[in-house]
Amino acid sequence: MAATRQRLGIQPLLRDQKRTDKLREEINKYLTVGLLVLPGMLIFVLFVLIPIFKAAQYSLYEWRGFGELTNYIGLDNYDRLFHQKIFRSALKHSFLITFLSVGVQLPIALSLALLVGRGTLRGKSIFRTILFVPYVFSEVITAIIWSYVLHPSPNGLANLVFGKLIPGFEPQTWLASPGQNTVMYSVFAVLTWKYFGFHMIIYMAGLQGVSRDLEDAARVDGANEMNVLRFITLPSLASTLRLTVFLSVLGSFQQFAVVWILTREGSPANANHIISTYLYKFGIKTFYLGYGSAIAITLFLITLVFSLGYQRMAMQKDYSKS
Amino acid sequence: MEIGKESFIKQRAHRPMKLLSERTIIQGTKYVVLILICIIIFAPVATAVLGSIRTTGEFLARPFGLPTKGIQWENYTSILESNSFWRSARNSLIITVGVAVLNVVLSSSLAFAFSRIEFKGRELLFNILSLGILFPLGIATLPIFLQIRSLNLLDSFWGVILPLAAFSLPLNVIVLRTFFGAIPDELEDAANLDGCNRISFFARIILPLARPALATVATLSVITAWNDYFLSLLVLVDEKKWPLPLGIMQYQGQYGTDWAKIMAYVTLLIIPAIGFYLLTEKYIVTGLTGGELKG
Repeated sequence: MAATRQRLGIQPLLRDQKRTDKLREEINKYLTVGLLVLPGMLIFVLFVLIPIFKAAQYSLYEWRGFGELTNYIGLDNYDRLFHQKIFRSALKHSFLITFLSVGVQLPIALSLALLVGRGTLRGKSIFRTILFVPYVFSEVITAIIWSYVLHPSPNGLANLVFGKLIPGFEPQTWLASPGQNTVMYSVFAVLTWKYFGFHMIIYMAGLQGVSRDLEDAARVDGANEMNVLRFITLPSLASTLRLTVFLSVLGSFQQFAVVWILTREGSPANANHIISTYLYKFGIKTFYLGYGSAIAITLFLITLVFSLGYQRMAMQKDYSKS
Repeated sequence: MEIGKESFIKQRAHRPMKLLSERTIIQGTKYVVLILICIIIFAPVATAVLGSIRTTGEFLARPFGLPTKGIQWENYTSILESNSFWRSARNSLIITVGVAVLNVVLSSSLAFAFSRIEFKGRELLFNILSLGILFPLGIATLPIFLQIRSLNLLDSFWGVILPLAAFSLPLNVIVLRTFFGAIPDELEDAANLDGCNRISFFARIILPLARPALATVATLSVITAWNDYFLSLLVLVDEKKWPLPLGIMQYQGQYGTDWAKIMAYVTLLIIPAIGFYLLTEKYIVTGLTGGELKG
């Protein structure tokens, strides 16, 4: 039978048919894949990947933004950058904001999540809704409202409230005080107002995964509330905590609008910049784009080193688990 | 040992009474703390709204307080009658709709290919895209600005829409991929038997099933795009193209000390934001928490 078929040439024909079918199916599949994947990947490559590589290149040139790149100066832009007093203070401020966000804002968010997120508190969802509202306001709105709240006149809301609460309180110039980092602390308070709700929501989600039985068991064994929190609740929240630290650090480094508007472009005397506002004022507005690129790449490298290091060291466990 | 146990039982027996009072105290303290914090959160918003219906003089004299000289509707009408406000609102709408549509279309197509079609280079492409999650938009603004300029997209809405969409793709694709991946294979086999090819399976079965996830992607893109300031500031030079965040900054520049007018503008932007938030809270919360938080 088989021999006859082979003699008649049917088998190869069938096989060819099968092969072309399979080929057609493959072509079809890759056409579909192309259709689905190409537009998105194209935009991603064009607007995320290429710009970063290009900026790395520009940062090695003295370039005012027009014409060919001719004046190669190696790492001079970076050298100049790190000798700039204003940049060094901007760098310091960015780290200060980051440090405060992780060290102060996250604990506040966590405490509130513990308060609102668990137990039989009536009106829980209303509190959650209110506490989260500032997150949906734009940074510009936030900054404008707060520039009034922190108005230096005795009738500015902050001065008024503190004046009533604290006897002998002197009205403060919250946003222009020459003192050590006062302006940055004010800015940080505003950022906390806007963003703690975001972290609180993430903690509340995490808390739902914490076993109440385990906590009760510990209580029966005589653990007090502090110990339950420290040895049961927080360890169970570890992966959520790691995630919020990551988001908080990245978020702090990309702040711009709130700081830019509240400090009125870094004033007084450019003493109140963070990296992004420094970049905008001295790299973009002045069209020193080679220099600006060096600032952008520095910012980029800081976040890259943090992201990769943090993912490798802290968040690895979370990935392997899922 | 025996005694210890007995006293333990005794203690337990007494506990309900004690617990009740302790619980009321704890609950009470919780409420006091929460209400205080809600006041702190809301006070700035309340001053803005109260400021917008009074004269600047009243506003500066007493940040909190009801209007004594009648409600100052002119603060609002002067904004609502200006062309620039409506132009900015329209520009914001164009950018927002553009980003949301692009985000939903592109991220769902990518997520579908990455989750339900086996092809060469799939993991590599997905990993490259996932790297994007490490670089938020705010960090790459200058590089994007230069790229937009070399693509001749300065002063074009595309120059804002495309980067905003590109930077939110990674997270959206990761979220949707998990969602699509969880849809059972049997469904796809059944669809194949009924003569569905891949695209129609995607369009007619996956997308309707994924509606909540897509709504989340759309909602979060709307918030990002509507609130964007930095990118528009760099890309849109012509003030006729400015969206609301730039519009209000310009307005503030013009009316520097006329706080009542500025607060009216602020209020006009706050109200839709709160309305939108109340309508979509569910999606925002699922989006930020990966669906873990309910109710």
